[in-house]
Amino acid sequence: MAERSFKAEVEHLRKGDGDTFTGEGILALTKALLENGVGYVGGYQGAPISHLMDVLADAEDLMSELDVRFEANASEAAAAAMLAASVHYPIRGAVTFKGSVGVNVASDALANLASSGVNGGALVIVGEDYGEGSSIMQERSHAFAMKSQFWLLDPRPNLPSIVKAVGDGFELSEASNTPVMLMVRIRSCHVTGSFPTRDNRRPTLSVRNALSNPQKDFSRVVLPPMSYMHEQDKVNKRWPAAEKFIMENGLNEQFGPKKSRIGLVCQGGMYNGVIRALQRLGLADIYGQTDIPIYCLNVTYPLVRDEFLEFAKGKDAVLVIEEGQPEFIEQQMGSILYREGSKIKLHGKDMLPLAGEYTGQVMLDGVTAFLKEHAADMLPGAVLAPNEPKPEIPDLFSTVPIRPPGFCTGCPERPIFAAMKLVQEELGQHQISGDIGCHLFASLPPFEIGGQTMGYGLGPASNAAFDGGGERRAISILGDGGFWHNGLSSSIGNMVFNKSDSVAIIVDNYYSAATGGQDILSSRAHNDTKSTNNPISKALKGVGVEWIRQIDRTYDVPKMREIIHEALTTDYDGPKVIVASSECMLNRQRREKPIKKKAIADGRRVEAPRFGVDEDICTGDHACIRLSGCPSLSLKTLDDPLRDDPVASIDQTCVGCGNCGEVADAAVLCPSFYRADVVHNPSGLEKWWSGTRQKVIGWLQARRDAKRLDVTGVAQ
Amino acid sequence: MNVATELRARTPDERLAGIIKLAVMAVGGQGGGVLTSWIENLARAQGYAAQATSVAGVAQRTGATIYYIEMAPKEAGQPEPVFSLAPASGDVDILIAAEMMEAGRAIIRGFVTPDRTTLIASTHRALAVSEKMTPGDGIADADEVRAAAEIAAQRVIMADMEQAAVSQGSVISASLFGALAGSGALPFDRAAFEEAIRASGKGVEASLRAFGAGFEAAQNPENEIAESAPQPVQVTQGVRGPKHAMRKWEAMVARVEAMPAPVAEMALPGLRKVVNFQDVDYGAAYLDKLDTVLARDHAENGHQLSHEAAKYIANAMAYDDVIRVADLKTRARRFDRIRAEMGAGDAQVLQLTEFMHPRAEEVAGMLPARLGAKIEDSPKWMARLDRWFNKGRRLRTDSLRAFIMLYILGGMKGWRLKTRRHALEMDHLDRWLDTAMAHLPDRYGMAVEIIRCRRLIKGYSDTHARGLSKFDRVLEGAALVAHREDGPDWVARLREAALQDEKGDALEGALKTVRSFSG
Repeated sequence: MAERSFKAEVEHLRKGDGDTFTGEGILALTKALLENGVGYVGGYQGAPISHLMDVLADAEDLMSELDVRFEANASEAAAAAMLAASVHYPIRGAVTFKGSVGVNVASDALANLASSGVNGGALVIVGEDYGEGSSIMQERSHAFAMKSQFWLLDPRPNLPSIVKAVGDGFELSEASNTPVMLMVRIRSCHVTGSFPTRDNRRPTLSVRNALSNPQKDFSRVVLPPMSYMHEQDKVNKRWPAAEKFIMENGLNEQFGPKKSRIGLVCQGGMYNGVIRALQRLGLADIYGQTDIPIYCLNVTYPLVRDEFLEFAKGKDAVLVIEEGQPEFIEQQMGSILYREGSKIKLHGKDMLPLAGEYTGQVMLDGVTAFLKEHAADMLPGAVLAPNEPKPEIPDLFSTVPIRPPGFCTGCPERPIFAAMKLVQEELGQHQISGDIGCHLFASLPPFEIGGQTMGYGLGPASNAAFDGGGERRAISILGDGGFWHNGLSSSIGNMVFNKSDSVAIIVDNYYSAATGGQDILSSRAHNDTKSTNNPISKALKGVGVEWIRQIDRTYDVPKMREIIHEALTTDYDGPKVIVASSECMLNRQRREKPIKKKAIADGRRVEAPRFGVDEDICTGDHACIRLSGCPSLSLKTLDDPLRDDPVASIDQTCVGCGNCGEVADAAVLCPSFYRADVVHNPSGLEKWWSGTRQKVIGWLQARRDAKRLDVTGVAQ
Repeated sequence: MNVATELRARTPDERLAGIIKLAVMAVGGQGGGVLTSWIENLARAQGYAAQATSVAGVAQRTGATIYYIEMAPKEAGQPEPVFSLAPASGDVDILIAAEMMEAGRAIIRGFVTPDRTTLIASTHRALAVSEKMTPGDGIADADEVRAAAEIAAQRVIMADMEQAAVSQGSVISASLFGALAGSGALPFDRAAFEEAIRASGKGVEASLRAFGAGFEAAQNPENEIAESAPQPVQVTQGVRGPKHAMRKWEAMVARVEAMPAPVAEMALPGLRKVVNFQDVDYGAAYLDKLDTVLARDHAENGHQLSHEAAKYIANAMAYDDVIRVADLKTRARRFDRIRAEMGAGDAQVLQLTEFMHPRAEEVAGMLPARLGAKIEDSPKWMARLDRWFNKGRRLRTDSLRAFIMLYILGGMKGWRLKTRRHALEMDHLDRWLDTAMAHLPDRYGMAVEIIRCRRLIKGYSDTHARGLSKFDRVLEGAALVAHREDGPDWVARLREAALQDEKGDALEGALKTVRSFSG
């Protein structure tokens, strides 16, 4: 079960003609798919479209009522490949994943799909993970559209525009026999707003019924000579058809006056930022009405030559506002203008930064620079000649600590990396390769384990150069999500086949946890529509791994350490794989908390563990924190003039995972930690026995206290 | 070509001033999403057009995250306003920071400006890993953020919103929502805010209580200041025990009170600490040691040396041995404190597990001094002791067996003064004091800094050994700069470097510098 449930919101997807939907962008996308008669949907989770997958999963009942098939695909490649159903059948299909990494993974299938061309509308909804909050390399998905020649939509970031883009995308796809990629940025996925709904539509042909009448067409297979024909077809038929459709249906929008000396061109996704910059300059009103013409590209690929030239006609200068690099749109527009012999001054990355997110300030600076050069009269006096000095605000840069994401309170991965750190203290530093997933946080302090990540499921594969072994074996990390995504074949298969003398540690937390706790093959939960409970160790055996160690409680740090130590020192020279399994604490708490609460209320016996630190025993060295980094294990400055350094302290958010005690034991740290288990609703006998012991203990304590001089009264 | 006159500045749209821009900066897991949806729903219910965005994803796992909301009054017959999806520097009206350093981050990013921003910040700290993992004190200076906030914001509302929420059994999103209402920065009344909480339908009662606490805190921020006013410390209050011990105690307190004020101020807690560690006679020994330092100190230096010595001699004398740990773990007051902290009432049973890991060193340290020394010299015996004792032990101190074992250990104070560990500690203490005092009378500053280096020795087992080694290395460096005018500054620098990281890389660098100029 995913981290966030959309069961309640999914009810709104049933709304029909005349209703209004209010909510998040991803829900609007789902609703739009249903309104447009989609026949099958799928995808692979990943920010920012993880929630879209969750919504689809939670909407499965509604979708089956409408004869829509939902697949939680094994990877982005699998998702993109699924669109093959639209090659022959007149069925609309949509898949979703994140860009640009998901598009990287999917590119094989996308390229084949684009070559074959489609009959039914094929839509790829890409959540572009770029800018603030992004967890991946900063690249553009745009290049994939260009190289494989499928069309790229980038609608304005408001719900009605996004919803319209879904319908436009399907129609454009069908009109040009080309798959269409609909790009939504991080913030558009989660932007809230409203749009008028329409009735949901069943697909005219369901995938189930399509099987009764199988279709094939030799000319669609990507093999010579058809593949040569596909290429010709792309530029001679599909492209012109797309341009025609885009123009005739006004997919791109123009705002402001028809005639002016200057103009702005922007990607649809940039529109609100452009308007805000104009608003701040007093050049647009609250509804975006402006005196400067804006050519808003809701379709960023292909560019429609005639439409652009029409916009450019009569203008002296145009500013292209295109986020990310390289500046594909600007280059292409430059080429169009040059061939036309135009004298227009084309600005873009000369006035805006080459790289990085176009934030409010960046946009304001860029637009201001453009207007200063070409229409200074329009700018308010304060912009042209600022006379008020800005107040000096103290620089806090060196004061405020960075706060990168890290392991949650009670995370089962923490003890794995604590154990690894301890092993490395003993055996020395090793070559360690990370993967994609929460476990990559181990590369940050306090663990600082692993120095590279090459892609999802590629942790062990990225250590392949070291498969031959050496003085110290290479170690790689792989998550359960990565294992099933790509790791089993690309990483483990590679290790087995090449007789790798290295170690892989598979972090199995029962979910695709980093993306929001979606189920995967080895998840332990029962899932009505998916097959779970397929153990990773069984798959390992199946591909020929002989040295496998399964740990079912990662919190056992001494054992964890012992097994990692064994893997690094054993005489066995084949691949050594450790499967470290414990449930993601975030998901476990979400599952167990309400159950425990109810059990306590019902009078059943419940033990609630929590850790604590004896502050007069803690010496304030923080060695425990260097093996933890847990949010609930923090520091406290004591009101004691004899103490220089703050002591460790555990707050009430502790879930009693046990890492503190285990680490204190395994690393022989200090005896300050204690675990307190509060037993709710103890049995009568248990209470009586506990009372009796308390009496004896109390008597002993009183006896000693009577003899000693107690000077601690005030200090505490 | 068009005529140039067409490009004129337009009259700015007054309605733009009606857009309220609100950003929430939080730490992942603080419930920023809940707060955002309350604000958004409140605005819509009050006839506003509103738009919220967030940056979801992996950044939310305990990292710094940001939520953003814009709202404007709805006008009949008009489309939705065009709102921005992200806050821009210099363009935020209300900034809610759910933690003190996040307020600092907001200021760095330019989201808090004197012309427009109301800054609502919780003063509590959720320490970043980099602050927590330093062996010394790596906690960022909140006062710097507070001072910057006073300059950067048009209006500052600061209070411990975490405490306000937790004390009401709720989470910080609710108290911050209350503070937003209490600030009056949004044009909606309190009832409308509360209605938004009720409409969400989850944990309503607790949220409303925390909301109320946040509301109050925003309206009367001075309450907090009154609370944190320091209490004057009473010297003898709370001290109790057998009569003969009390008499000795009072005599020692009189000795302390006769010392110069700056020394007495540190000697009293020091005395308390060593008496608590051992007994009153040990306290007298502490004062004797302190007296030898005091005798060579002067008022012209404000008795700085004795002040520092009062602190560090006490810490050195109250070293962390098995007996001390066992004693502290078995005290009645500790049991009461834990019960209260864990919220275990009479109806619940409390189980208590201690994590002990004795090694051969600890066992040998408990033996009589000469025997202990002999055994420590014999690798064979040490290996044997390790085999017998070196094991992680989980002791249930709520059970009689474990309790009585620790109780007996904790009662071995009479034995302590004869042990190997005690001899080691006293020897180290004397050598350290001698090293420091050897700088007198000419190099007073050096003496003070050497005394302060005792701070480096802390922790147990490996950590303790590492501390000792750092201490030795700093003292080695100190010897190199002893005769320089700026010698004391260098010792202070070396000590700070030693506290920066676990392995002592920073210290090694600083030592290299020292060696480079001391030849």
